Amino acid sequence: MDLAYDATYTVFRDEVRDFLRTHRDRMPKRSGHRPTDEQIAWQTLLIEHGYAARTIPEAYGGHGAEPDILKSRIIAEAFAEAGAPGGLANQGISMLVPTLLELGTEAQKTTLIPPTLRGELVWCQGYSEPGAGSDLASLTTRGEDDGENFIINGQKIWTSTAHAADMIFCLVRTEPDAPKHEGISYLIFSMKTPGIEVRPLLTMTGAAEFNEVFFTDVKVPKTQIVGGRGQGWFVANATLKHERGMLGDPNAAHARLQAIIEILKTETLDGQRLMDHPLYLDRLMQLQARVISMQANGLRLLTAAQRKEPVGMAGLIVKLQGCELNHQLAALAIDALGELGVLYHGSPHQRDGGVWQHRYMFDLGLIIGGGTAQIQKNIIAERGLGMPREPKLAKV
Amino acid sequence: MDFALSPDQIAMQDSLDRTLERVAPLDRVRQIAAQDLPTAPEVRAALAELGAPAVLVPEAHGGLGLGVLDAALLAETLGRHTACAPFLGPALAAIALDLCGSEGQKAVWLPLIASGEASFGVAISEPASGARMAAGVRAENGRLSGQALFVLDFADAAAFIVADETGGLHLVPADAPGLTRTALTTIDRTRSVGELVFGEVLAERLPEGDSRAALARMRDVGRVLLAADTLGAAQRMLERAVAYAADRKQFGRVIGSFQAVKHLCAEMAAELEPARALVWYAAYAQDALPGEATLTAAHAKAHLGDVGRFVARTATEVFGGIGITDLLGLHYAFKRIGLDRQLLGAPERARRDAAVAQGFIPA
Repeated sequence: MDLAYDATYTVFRDEVRDFLRTHRDRMPKRSGHRPTDEQIAWQTLLIEHGYAARTIPEAYGGHGAEPDILKSRIIAEAFAEAGAPGGLANQGISMLVPTLLELGTEAQKTTLIPPTLRGELVWCQGYSEPGAGSDLASLTTRGEDDGENFIINGQKIWTSTAHAADMIFCLVRTEPDAPKHEGISYLIFSMKTPGIEVRPLLTMTGAAEFNEVFFTDVKVPKTQIVGGRGQGWFVANATLKHERGMLGDPNAAHARLQAIIEILKTETLDGQRLMDHPLYLDRLMQLQARVISMQANGLRLLTAAQRKEPVGMAGLIVKLQGCELNHQLAALAIDALGELGVLYHGSPHQRDGGVWQHRYMFDLGLIIGGGTAQIQKNIIAERGLGMPREPKLAKV
Repeated sequence: MDFALSPDQIAMQDSLDRTLERVAPLDRVRQIAAQDLPTAPEVRAALAELGAPAVLVPEAHGGLGLGVLDAALLAETLGRHTACAPFLGPALAAIALDLCGSEGQKAVWLPLIASGEASFGVAISEPASGARMAAGVRAENGRLSGQALFVLDFADAAAFIVADETGGLHLVPADAPGLTRTALTTIDRTRSVGELVFGEVLAERLPEGDSRAALARMRDVGRVLLAADTLGAAQRMLERAVAYAADRKQFGRVIGSFQAVKHLCAEMAAELEPARALVWYAAYAQDALPGEATLTAAHAKAHLGDVGRFVARTATEVFGGIGITDLLGLHYAFKRIGLDRQLLGAPERARRDAAVAQGFIPA
């Protein structure tokens, strides 16, 4: 065990820090669902320097570096410490691009990956349906073969960014007579195709973070498929493993903890710092121990990835524990703020832009989404502990 | 950058695991627990043969000169087997002697600790946990008076390292005139805890170095080793629960196929796995990251106290009625975890220390 970086990495870290110092004036502000011109310019600069799309081949618009997990971590750390916006991490970049790299045709890779990486082409994900949540493979949106096209009818839900997206990667049942996991195809098509209707889905936070998407006789050429007909389930699983890695990130929990420490140092109750209130302090320390645990767990995963060893249980627990921890951190901030903690919607005296209530509500969605806590426990018990698998009762 | 155990560390842990499987199986643990005092000479001898008491003794004095992470891996394995043998006492005594002992004291005692010939008890409960019953030890003119409670590895001790109220450290032979030793009986019959009452006892001060800093290191390392002990005991409880759930049938199915039971096991694993990383990190910090040593030791102690309690009750529940019987013997681990939690600072105390270590509140 040795947590020090050796010399080549400290040199690399200095390079990244230098870059961030000299380009501070070009850093864009955060925006909504579509990257601004400023963000696209920043993203292009990051790809050029290898701080975004680092290991994606140059032929597909990436930087083309050899994978080096420590360098990736150093980049992330240096950007976080400088408060600099990192490379774009939308669903197209995080989920579609790795899938195309693994399973796309050469034409799909060369035409779709470069503009996606730059942030010019925005994607949404059409997986979940009202009747297909945890049991995603039971989805019923159907694509009928008319010879040249699939004619798509059905409904998707939880489609974030659908209203702003150019394209969708979508799971559609194209082989109605095949067993449920073998009748699905992974289709990619324009959101401007006639017959698509997007309705915003208002959530408890007060914002429409998701959408419902309705398809009525949407005509998609049969060539716009990734992988073969009926292989969509396996293509999608290649993507889902990329999504689970994004949820439960311990660095996000660490940043939240620091913000709560500031609250406890600066806010007062009856003139006394919250930090001097033993009950809040005790809860803060309980959560700090969990944050440090998850960071240390992250170091284990990092070492395993570097050595190309399986991560085992340490990897399986990240989504469950990480999302729960983030939720509990938001709860502590709310509790420590007392009545101030419920101020929202831009109220006078609202703290931190109402972000703690927003997170508390939004994170409940993250505990449910991307594989519910209960599904995660099944996975931990079955794959991690070798316990009996759930019976597969549903037959389609 | 590498956060994993070395092949040597894994081999050392495996070899202790196999030894304890052989010399201290559950039936032997049961016998030991029925004794008046928890001592098991053959377990102690087996540990000495593997070099366990030598782990934190410098090589110059006949030890192995290894790190706190190595010691923590041994503690984890001892916890896994609910092993009855002094470990924490000799390990912390070696730290005290190494940091504050005179050359003469080191030359006499460190080789004896390393070889396992002399075991030590350690009396630092009052400075580490806070004083109960107004206990405390005063040092005046080379003599100790007062009372020290919850002395670790009490029964086998040839001598004790005793902290006084000002943070001074003293060496007191077990047969020192004026010293009254009383065993305290805890829920855990696999380790010995006792009380020392000092009536003007002539003691040897450990004269060198900064004894307060040494005492802090003893507390921190002790906390890490107790956390590791709990990790091992809890991991074993989880493994036993999972194995039982694969075997036990009710309603015509193995109970491990019921989601209610699977989820209990998943929750235990989800709590334990990051706790393991925390124990490694805290143990590594004791030697490599001095600025984080007190903070991470306090967090490891408190967090494993809580995770251990959760696993201990949940694993017992997976077994159902048989879980609470001596026939099964799961309760030895349950009680081991229960004792670990309270010693050298229960969770609330340790978390307060973690806050102090960051300057959030005054000491």
